[in-house]
Amino acid sequence: MELWFSEPHTPDVKMSIRINKQLHSEQSEYQRIDVFESPEFGRFLTLDGLMMLTEKDEFIYHEMITHVAMASNPDIKNVLVIGAGDGGTVRELTRYDTIQNIDMVEIDKRVVEVSLEYLPVTACRLDDPRVRIFYDDGLRFVRSKEKQYDLIIVDSTDPFGPGEGLFTSEFYGNCHKALTEKGILVNQHESPYYADDAKAMQRAHKRIREFFSICRVYQVHIPTYPSGHWLFGFASNAVDPLEADAERWNSLGIKTKYYNTDLHKGCFAIPNYVKELLEDAK
Amino acid sequence: MQDQHKAPVYEALLKYRDARIVPFDVPGHKHGKGNRELTEFLGKSCLSVDVNSMKPLDNLCHPTSVIKESEELAAEAFGAAYCFFMVGGTTSAVQSMILSVCKAGDKIIMPRNVHRSAINSLVLSGAIPVYVNPGVNERLGIPLGMSASDVEKAILENPDARAVFVNNPTYYGVCSDLKKITDIAHKHGMAVLVDEAHGTHFYFGDGLPISAMAAGADMAAVSMHKSGGSLTQSSFLLIGGSAADFGVTEGRVRAVINLTQTTSGSYLLLTSLDISRRNLALNGKEIVKKVLETASYAREEIGKIGGYYAFAEELINGDDIYDFDRTKLSVHTRDIGLAGIEVYDYLRDCYDIQIEFGDIGNILAYISVGDMWKDIERLVSAMAEIKRRFSGDKTGMLEHEYIEPKVVLSPQEAFYGNTQMVPMAESAGRISCEFVMCYPPGIPLLAPGEMITEEILDHIRYSKERGCVMTGTEDMEMDNIKVIA
Repeated sequence: MELWFSEPHTPDVKMSIRINKQLHSEQSEYQRIDVFESPEFGRFLTLDGLMMLTEKDEFIYHEMITHVAMASNPDIKNVLVIGAGDGGTVRELTRYDTIQNIDMVEIDKRVVEVSLEYLPVTACRLDDPRVRIFYDDGLRFVRSKEKQYDLIIVDSTDPFGPGEGLFTSEFYGNCHKALTEKGILVNQHESPYYADDAKAMQRAHKRIREFFSICRVYQVHIPTYPSGHWLFGFASNAVDPLEADAERWNSLGIKTKYYNTDLHKGCFAIPNYVKELLEDAK
Repeated sequence: MQDQHKAPVYEALLKYRDARIVPFDVPGHKHGKGNRELTEFLGKSCLSVDVNSMKPLDNLCHPTSVIKESEELAAEAFGAAYCFFMVGGTTSAVQSMILSVCKAGDKIIMPRNVHRSAINSLVLSGAIPVYVNPGVNERLGIPLGMSASDVEKAILENPDARAVFVNNPTYYGVCSDLKKITDIAHKHGMAVLVDEAHGTHFYFGDGLPISAMAAGADMAAVSMHKSGGSLTQSSFLLIGGSAADFGVTEGRVRAVINLTQTTSGSYLLLTSLDISRRNLALNGKEIVKKVLETASYAREEIGKIGGYYAFAEELINGDDIYDFDRTKLSVHTRDIGLAGIEVYDYLRDCYDIQIEFGDIGNILAYISVGDMWKDIERLVSAMAEIKRRFSGDKTGMLEHEYIEPKVVLSPQEAFYGNTQMVPMAESAGRISCEFVMCYPPGIPLLAPGEMITEEILDHIRYSKERGCVMTGTEDMEMDNIKVIA
């Protein structure tokens, strides 16, 4: 008997992972939540049938969504994480003793509960005393915040579904308002490769540019995401990630599997076709 | 009691499709096969039932079988004596109401802040309007409902009037004392016609203002395609229980409708009315409850932003705001230094959010059962951003939406009069032969037969400057206007 999980990456491309068994399945108020166990990737979480993370490659995503910003401004003390119900982003943040507070806003409480039960790899630090979890709509939460956070990380699903509001002008504008002067916004920035993902990437970039003078995009390689080529956005009105102090970050002695300060510089070097897509994003 | 689970037109269409009838009749696209591009866009399922009247599907002009049954089911669901399915929009329903009751020279009492369709029907019929000035809310600058005592005064001064026309609720959600107005009018032998375009949901659910049929009105035009969920352009014309006492009979109304309504009524529209009526009859209460919750949440959140005023039932004064439709999300914007139309434009241009309308001082976002919470969050957040990024000083902003008209000629006399075209800027003191209005909401600033004043010209200039879409004149740029020569 063979059991396979398949996710269409486009109407004409499909990725499949053989699974040993399904550990969990439910329809929450917001989305369908599934956890599978596979020989190649270990346990993995899907929302509405879309891959969120696998035990095997989640370190790439979670290290890169946090350490680039933390190395660019090691004085970050107050962090807001939107989405991220699996806990992976929070896990990486809690490795910095200098961070005093982490607010995590997840719309779907069930994602957190399911992750706590089945994905201790990522959910292991959600009980850190600096972490406050709010079950709320990200857009709604950030609406009333002003000059409060040094870093906002948008660890969202795709812009089709519950995460839609986190790819809008009103959201980025509200984030801009919620950030301190040296504040940084890092967001899950979709992929440049397949047409629909690329459109979402362009729209997000165009809208972020309305509010931030420094808008850079950096790339990572995530085997289980469509095309494997994924982007994050880095936006700020004061901090340029290309001027990060490598020595200072290295002196912290944080042990990572993917991120290092050479890669920090390298990940901002992007292919020509992606540069063109970003320039064309009007 | 009929079985509201039934949907006769819909069921007949399903049967028609299953029978695999070979079409040698119109429409010529023949179930879509003759127009592949259109079929791909709208869907095969849609095109396969875009068919013409035929025996098993009845005939809208003279219904005897499935359309009649569907109309009777709708009548019962809305507490009416009869219900006509309309395919020319609520405009056609409003016009049929007035044409059914008024012939040339007959007087009809109505508020001036009616939709253009009502005044259009005065041009068609030659009826003479007796305008009752609506109340005006000073802070919001919007026209309200009619005060029952003002209506009574107009009735006593015009005992020969044939009917009283009530706009209930207004676009903003304001209701008049419909029951009292109906009782007074009936006491004086006048029919009561209600433009209930924005009140379909009043017939279902709790905590809403009284519906026209429940108030005893004789006719009501109900936009099923607004809060009822049917396709654009489909509508109901309802006849009340005591209508015959005031000269309104089912046969007469059908004859009037058939003067102007198409003889090829669209079955897409008819079946959308049928299915939507069934849904409202079975689930209306739940739907209304959800819409009320959504609207009240949105009002609360908009209130937290500050500056905006999302008004609702606190305005109720027992008179020209006798009641308020709490499903309407009407927001006053002038206090943040932006005209409603500017907020309307920012929402679309910067945030990809399309709302129903914006006028001089207010916006209206239409809330329905189709709204998702995340979309409400987007609307509220976008409004917060608009305030943060674009708000300004409100000095010098125009305050009033409503200017009391000076009626000189009947709309028909002016429309068919001896006219000349003059530059708009030089037209003060002349009698207009045309409409001038912002659309939406489509409430005329000027109607045919009314005196043009400097105040009205200022209002037109201001509305144009702020970005309102002005319509009504033959001159598409509205630099010129036709006046009585």
